[in-house]
Amino acid sequence: MGAASPLAEAQESQLLIRPPSFWRRLLLHKLAIVGAAVLLVVIVLCLLGPVVTGTNPNAIDFTAFGSPPSLHHLMGTDDLGRDEFTRILFGGRISLLVGFLAMLIGVGLGGLVGAISGFFGGTVDFIAMRVVDIALSIPRLFLLLLLSVTIGQSIFDISLIIGLTAWMYPARIMRAQVLGLRSLNYVEAARSIGSRSTRVLFRHIVPNAIAPLIVNSTIQVGQAIVSESVMSFLGYGIQPPTPSWGNMLTNAQTFVQTAPWLAIFPGVMIVITVLAFNLIGDALRDALDPTGQKGALGRGRNAKQATA
Amino acid sequence: MWAYIARRVLLSIPIMIGITALIFLISHSLPGGPLAMYLNLPTITHAQIEHLTIQFGLNKPLWMQYVSWLGKALHGDFGRSFVDGRPVLAVIGDRVPATLELMVTALIISYLLAFVLGVVSATRQYSAFDYTMTVLSYAGMAMPVFWLGIILILVFSVDLHWLPTFGMVTPGVPYSFLDNVKHLILPVITLVVYTLAQESRYVRSSMLEVMQQDYIRTARAKGAPERRVLYRHALRNALLPVITVMMLDFAFLISGALITETVFAWPGMGRLFFDSLQDGNYPVVVGMAVLVSLAVVVVNILTDIIYAVVDPRIQYS
Repeated sequence: MGAASPLAEAQESQLLIRPPSFWRRLLLHKLAIVGAAVLLVVIVLCLLGPVVTGTNPNAIDFTAFGSPPSLHHLMGTDDLGRDEFTRILFGGRISLLVGFLAMLIGVGLGGLVGAISGFFGGTVDFIAMRVVDIALSIPRLFLLLLLSVTIGQSIFDISLIIGLTAWMYPARIMRAQVLGLRSLNYVEAARSIGSRSTRVLFRHIVPNAIAPLIVNSTIQVGQAIVSESVMSFLGYGIQPPTPSWGNMLTNAQTFVQTAPWLAIFPGVMIVITVLAFNLIGDALRDALDPTGQKGALGRGRNAKQATA
Repeated sequence: MWAYIARRVLLSIPIMIGITALIFLISHSLPGGPLAMYLNLPTITHAQIEHLTIQFGLNKPLWMQYVSWLGKALHGDFGRSFVDGRPVLAVIGDRVPATLELMVTALIISYLLAFVLGVVSATRQYSAFDYTMTVLSYAGMAMPVFWLGIILILVFSVDLHWLPTFGMVTPGVPYSFLDNVKHLILPVITLVVYTLAQESRYVRSSMLEVMQQDYIRTARAKGAPERRVLYRHALRNALLPVITVMMLDFAFLISGALITETVFAWPGMGRLFFDSLQDGNYPVVVGMAVLVSLAVVVVNILTDIIYAVVDPRIQYS
């Protein structure tokens, strides 16, 4: 929740004499702590997957095809007799990896474009921002699918594609930040002692402009996991037999009558993971900017505020 | 004002050119390119392919192909579908009503609910209701739209047998409005949840912001009843930014609608796009991506114009 709980609010107001530190403010966000804990559990489980379940995600149990959850198969087995829990853990690795890679690509590219655009202004800025407008006007689904057919469907390809369709908001956020900073005195000072433009931009401006980008990147990981799941569900994402939370849902609809657990578990994993990233993102936003308006949250929201 | 509108429209021309160029470029690098459909025919000869290449002008430089394609597109000629040879515009046009039926129904419901829920949340900030709504919208935002659709099918069709799982009407039965509505319910709920999660938050935060303004305090101070303060003073002023943000989400909504269509086998544009992409039906893929993106640009222009007309505080020169 973007808004702190009333209790946290009260605690915060008692601390007004000495403003609480960044970490203290972050800790006040109980939901964010829950989010971080959930995320930690998910990540650790996925990384330790083989240790936990000890089986190959593609190993077939010939005694159990499409069998419901039981002690032997915690989340049941799929239509081919593969253990669903093992596949969830291995699929989680792929989904999380794609989420982080896509975020790095999208936020990295967007941050760079935004920084250059805001710093140099003029024609560069005009052109960069029109490119942002162009990319934002094409419904993302079209781009994701067309690029998947064009570029390819390896784990890196999928991450690249998602990143390439997600850099626009980071670019706008970074641009707004740089615009606000570039005329400040300390930047003038850096210039006046003869620092080169690139040094002024990357040494003096970018480090001070990065906070909102960090908030956005947290949310971007969650969004990238959702994008991966949509692409894979439609058959244009991670290709089987490699499991991902998205492609495990591809056949779920076919078996929804006979094996509903196959539809439920991967989706639940996506929801709690994305939810955790969103909660952390909102808490970071509040912690980094205690004066900012609370309660604004979600998809691209801070981008919209930045460009409003 | 007219100068502003003219400027806004002119500014969107390079954007439209950029969109068409980008989609044209990406589609041209699809495996097999524009001739993919023909390359798969078992009986086709090398000579025939060469003939087609010349016929379609594919031997010319890419920018010349783009210019000639754009010239035709401006006259509404997006080529012909490889599947049945009909003009692309007609093929897409056939699917528009189904998509509109789904989107418009979902939009009306979700906007109405967004305002009601958002205003109630804002006026009772930190109440149990507000917390419930917050939790629900967080969950809604974290949910892939197709998964929500599958879960709804699981609950309402498979378990409860209340509603049909796919299509727009029951096949083989004469059209009835009731039947159509029954098929509409699940996809509409899916799309409503998808948009509502975000939009009720917009309304809430916009209301909260307005409620802190001086003129609200003034209205209360002069003894206006709370109801009047809320609906005459606060809501009116909170509306404008909300409507703007909602309209800017149009592209996001279209993606959601197209995905929803695939889950429920809804015979709209989404379905057509996936089938065409699968078949390598290149003209339909390009035509649809271009047309829908241009619709987004038009909606954005309209949003800016409405904003300028409605909000007297903003001076445009």
